[in-house]
Amino acid sequence: MSDLPVLVLRTAGINCDEEVVHAWQKAGAKPTLLHVNAVADKPSMLEDFRIVTIPGGFSYGDDIAAGTILAQRIMQDLLQPMKELVERGGGILGICNGFQVLVKTGLLPGGDAGRDKVTVTFNDSAKFEARWVRLEVGTDHCPFLTPAEDRGQQEYLEMPVEHAEGKVVTASEAVLDKLGHAGQIAVRYVDGDGSYDRYPANPNGSVGGIAGLCDPTGRIFGLMPHPDRHFEHTHHPQWTRRNPQGPPNGLTVFQNAVRYWRG
Amino acid sequence: MCCKDPEAKRRWRVRVRARSPQLDGHGRDVLEDIRQIGLEHVEAVMSSKLYFLAGVLAEDDVRLLAQELLTDPVAEVAEVGQGFSFREDAHPAVEVHTLSGVMNPVAQSTLQAGRRMLQRQADGNADLSNVWTARRYEVLGAKNAEELREIATRVLANACIENWYIQGFDRNDSVPAEFPTPPDRPFSLRYVAIRDLDDAELTRLSRDAHLFLSLKEMQAIRDHFTELDRDPTDLELETLAQTWSEHCVHKTLKSEIDYSGDDFGLEGKVELHFDNLLKDTIAAATSKLDRDWCLSVFVDNAGVIAFDDEYGIAFKVETHNHPSAIEPYGGAATGIGGCIRDVMGCGLGAKPIASTDIFCFAPPDFDASRLPKDVLHPRRILKGVVGGIRDYGNRMGIPTVNGSIYFDERYLGNPLVFCGCVGLIPRNRIDKKPNTGDRIVVAGGRTGRDGIHGATFSSAELTDTHADEFSHAVQIGNAIEEKKLLDAQLLARDHPSGCLHSAVTDCGAGGLSSAVGEMGEQLGACVDLEDVPLKYAGLRYDEIWISEAQERMVFAVPPERLDAFLALFAEEEVEATVIGTFTDDRVLRVRYDGQTVGELDMRFLHEGVPKTVRRATWTAGECKARIVGASAGAPAITSGSERILRELSSVNTASKEWVIRQYDHEVQGRSVIKPLCGPDYGPSDAAVLRPRYNSKRGIAIACGLCPQLGDVDPYWMAIAGVDEVLRNIVCVGGDPACTAILDNFCWPKVDTEESLGALVRACRGASDAALAYGLPFISGKDSLNNEFSMSKSEAERTGLPQQIAIPYTLLISAVGMIDNVERCITADLKDPGNCLALASAPVDRAGLEQAKALHDRIARMIASGKVRAAHDVSDGGLAVTLAEMCIASGFGATVSIHDEAVRGALFEPLATTYVLETAQSDAEANGFAVIGRIEREARLYIETGDAGKIDLPVADLADAWRRPLAHGGGR
Repeated sequence: MSDLPVLVLRTAGINCDEEVVHAWQKAGAKPTLLHVNAVADKPSMLEDFRIVTIPGGFSYGDDIAAGTILAQRIMQDLLQPMKELVERGGGILGICNGFQVLVKTGLLPGGDAGRDKVTVTFNDSAKFEARWVRLEVGTDHCPFLTPAEDRGQQEYLEMPVEHAEGKVVTASEAVLDKLGHAGQIAVRYVDGDGSYDRYPANPNGSVGGIAGLCDPTGRIFGLMPHPDRHFEHTHHPQWTRRNPQGPPNGLTVFQNAVRYWRG
Repeated sequence: MCCKDPEAKRRWRVRVRARSPQLDGHGRDVLEDIRQIGLEHVEAVMSSKLYFLAGVLAEDDVRLLAQELLTDPVAEVAEVGQGFSFREDAHPAVEVHTLSGVMNPVAQSTLQAGRRMLQRQADGNADLSNVWTARRYEVLGAKNAEELREIATRVLANACIENWYIQGFDRNDSVPAEFPTPPDRPFSLRYVAIRDLDDAELTRLSRDAHLFLSLKEMQAIRDHFTELDRDPTDLELETLAQTWSEHCVHKTLKSEIDYSGDDFGLEGKVELHFDNLLKDTIAAATSKLDRDWCLSVFVDNAGVIAFDDEYGIAFKVETHNHPSAIEPYGGAATGIGGCIRDVMGCGLGAKPIASTDIFCFAPPDFDASRLPKDVLHPRRILKGVVGGIRDYGNRMGIPTVNGSIYFDERYLGNPLVFCGCVGLIPRNRIDKKPNTGDRIVVAGGRTGRDGIHGATFSSAELTDTHADEFSHAVQIGNAIEEKKLLDAQLLARDHPSGCLHSAVTDCGAGGLSSAVGEMGEQLGACVDLEDVPLKYAGLRYDEIWISEAQERMVFAVPPERLDAFLALFAEEEVEATVIGTFTDDRVLRVRYDGQTVGELDMRFLHEGVPKTVRRATWTAGECKARIVGASAGAPAITSGSERILRELSSVNTASKEWVIRQYDHEVQGRSVIKPLCGPDYGPSDAAVLRPRYNSKRGIAIACGLCPQLGDVDPYWMAIAGVDEVLRNIVCVGGDPACTAILDNFCWPKVDTEESLGALVRACRGASDAALAYGLPFISGKDSLNNEFSMSKSEAERTGLPQQIAIPYTLLISAVGMIDNVERCITADLKDPGNCLALASAPVDRAGLEQAKALHDRIARMIASGKVRAAHDVSDGGLAVTLAEMCIASGFGATVSIHDEAVRGALFEPLATTYVLETAQSDAEANGFAVIGRIEREARLYIETGDAGKIDLPVADLADAWRRPLAHGGGR
């Protein structure tokens, strides 16, 4: 079994690269951290990787809007090579700012949706907010997520959101319905009563409680919450009063990917 | 921004707004603020962003930029038009532009991204030469132009950094039709004729030129230049003023002092002489303790202690008070930015892994009609400061993990903003030394006319005219510039061929003058100012030299490593420029276009400050008066239950969740104990981090602050602060035998024997506690002259004293080691049925030994897993401690207190006192009083005898505790 080669992109203002690299290592992959300029200079290097990860942060300060400038950078030089990576069976993971970038390039929701069906914009509160959320998995064909039959007791995923622009908005109700039917709403915020809409369980006012999306193949996955901040049991805000079973929720995202792509 | 652009043929504007009111969160936020200042009839605010574009641009080019770059296709719509100044709004509006020379990161990013986009176009003829931005707010329901003016000045704009324009009703201000242009100041070398000045003229010069030097210091400078037989240049005078400023040299704390007055913690009077107050107290404690894990103390930009065999932990805490008073958002942001650079400038560079923030403000419900002229309302300061820390820290990717807010009316005109930063540094990167021949390299942001006179400004007292006079000292930060700089610096530090630089320091107060002057102190340096990269043309040489433009570091780079260094920074898109060389003649030589504009002997610069001997005194009982009556009064209390609700809802005790959640406290994935704990989010005593992912070793970070005791005796205030910080460290599982502390003094003017006596007492208290508890100080900083003065008529109008001095304030910060983070505990109650124990020791000077034994014993119990929850007794007393433990957990408790002394002080903060959740046998084995039991039912019952019992559902306690600051004290 060879190491799974994963590319982790960084640029000015990306600031979760260190923990994303570590989470991939802990899950058994072999991550390489590169500046987006270095990859844009030689896009063919994407052929050496099975997965591209765009970590969280404030790329280029989130000036204009979150993820906009990095999305432009990717659309100029890397969009086609990234699409080809996915066509070859590879995957893309975008976390927080990385998810915003994937949406603003149109890689999510992907398929034939284009860039004008879905966006990520300011939270209803209009400010940055940090809190732990509970996620319900809404798809069985995203290799980053454990399918229903294997979830067992692990009904929900817990991890933190930390963002100001995480509200997912669709251009219409029809777009939302279509995403739901296609199984592209990969993860939703949910409270104890099963509601997707109530604050603070839904921390930003996302429609349909959308916390993350995958493309029609399932291999492009992006989410606002941070699996890279729950790779140890001591990351959980209540760890001093729990006896957790199984791996930390965030780590499972990386482990699932390693299992799927390493075969 | 370059503003002279002969190529520019056209001017375009793009206006972007939300597609629907639901998507205009910023507009809603502004509306809330407008209603908070009393304009409740305002119905709605519609915000829009304005981009002004210049260059060789066709309409299609502008439309491309508008649609593909500036507008979100789902959430926003754009309008494009020619010219800058045309607006057509159905509603009255306020428009806000940043002043020339003020940092505008969005404009910079848009310019770069827009250029790249246009270059990719097939025809490729378009050129974007300049971008500027503004914000516009349509206000629905405002009654007249006067209300718009009020909204502009009190909510939307700060005149120090912004211009605002009103369009509506009878007003139609013309908005700028051109880019803001900073003034051009042509070169002409200026000398200051100081040799013939008498004392009165020297004093006037010091004040008029904003030097803030004492007469004695001005005389020393006059005599020095008389000896040299020449006049100083303005640059030389400025350099001396910056280097000798209180902010940079701490001349009061290092002065020679004769103290006579009350003894320290003992009965009777005493007379003492200090050769150097700081050295003889705080630094002496550290050297007496002589801990081998203290790796670098009081010599570098931050103190460093050992973490493990390979790494050290650096810690620095700074204040940014005066800038935060005038422009809270920018002041706080550049405060945390500067403290982060201190950590980057520690050794050859530490990687920042956590920030702390502690604020002292006037209460958020302060009567707005009694606000002195040009003083911002405390609620606006709170919101602005929190926003500044949030936006800078979050963008840097440094978690803000610990903090506190203390409210007192005397902070009204002079709020305090403490910013701390913790870094991780390889132990073989702690030593640094520039060498003769090393190139002086400035890297990071460009130099502009921002932050001129910050060091001297912070060394002066604030007055009601300072907002006008010192607006140039106020700045806006650009966190991403600093993040890039950090990335590049760490790559240079860890370069495979070895560290590429031999020394580094941050460009903070005093700008290049301080950074180069300090680095070259033992060597000498020669700098060519025309080589410094500028934000815009027209800066005079002295402006370049003392500008405190943010996000810059100065490196010493050996010539043979220069190419590699510059190449690495270029790859990271960080500008790095050689501006001079370190020499060997101990002269600081500054040139501009080949002409010498300054030549100072390093010995005079660094050792020439005249020493003073000052007298200090202190007599008990001289309590400082508070300003009372300006905040909402409290109704009389009838029962214990009412009392506890009032204590929980006092702003000093109340939940700071509204603040905490705006900070990213988990980025970098090192978090172990967060600022809020338990399923229902109670307060944590300290933060815990795991600095290295693959090690279970951790650090605890905490603060202690007791200004309320300073009115009685600063000696005990200091001891209480040290005691509080240690309890906070111990409560989460930190090791008291391996904990280091930092001091930050914020004092009013130290111009009387009494205020100096107060400082002496605080220093002695801090050092006595440090020695008794075995906690070495590793770094510290002081900020004096924290006073606000207003005109007599303003004082009469507001009913406030003409001169308001802040309370004596000493912040103690601590970092403690933890062997295994999996042994850490939190304050939330864990298991119904467990008992609650009260552990306390007497606090007097003789009793500090007993107190130390108690801290150590509790730490051992926690380390051996015998304590499930621990919380210290501070603001609000034992009752509030118990309530907070219940609130955090959702469980209840039944408590009965037999000890008369404790019963009588149920709501008083107690030093050296803990509440523990433990087994009855463990409590008894350690001689702790068992005071109650944890109950599954969420109800707090405290039997208090005469004080009346407390019997309340935990939900009521939680509500009282959460409500006051739920929206920044707004509702």
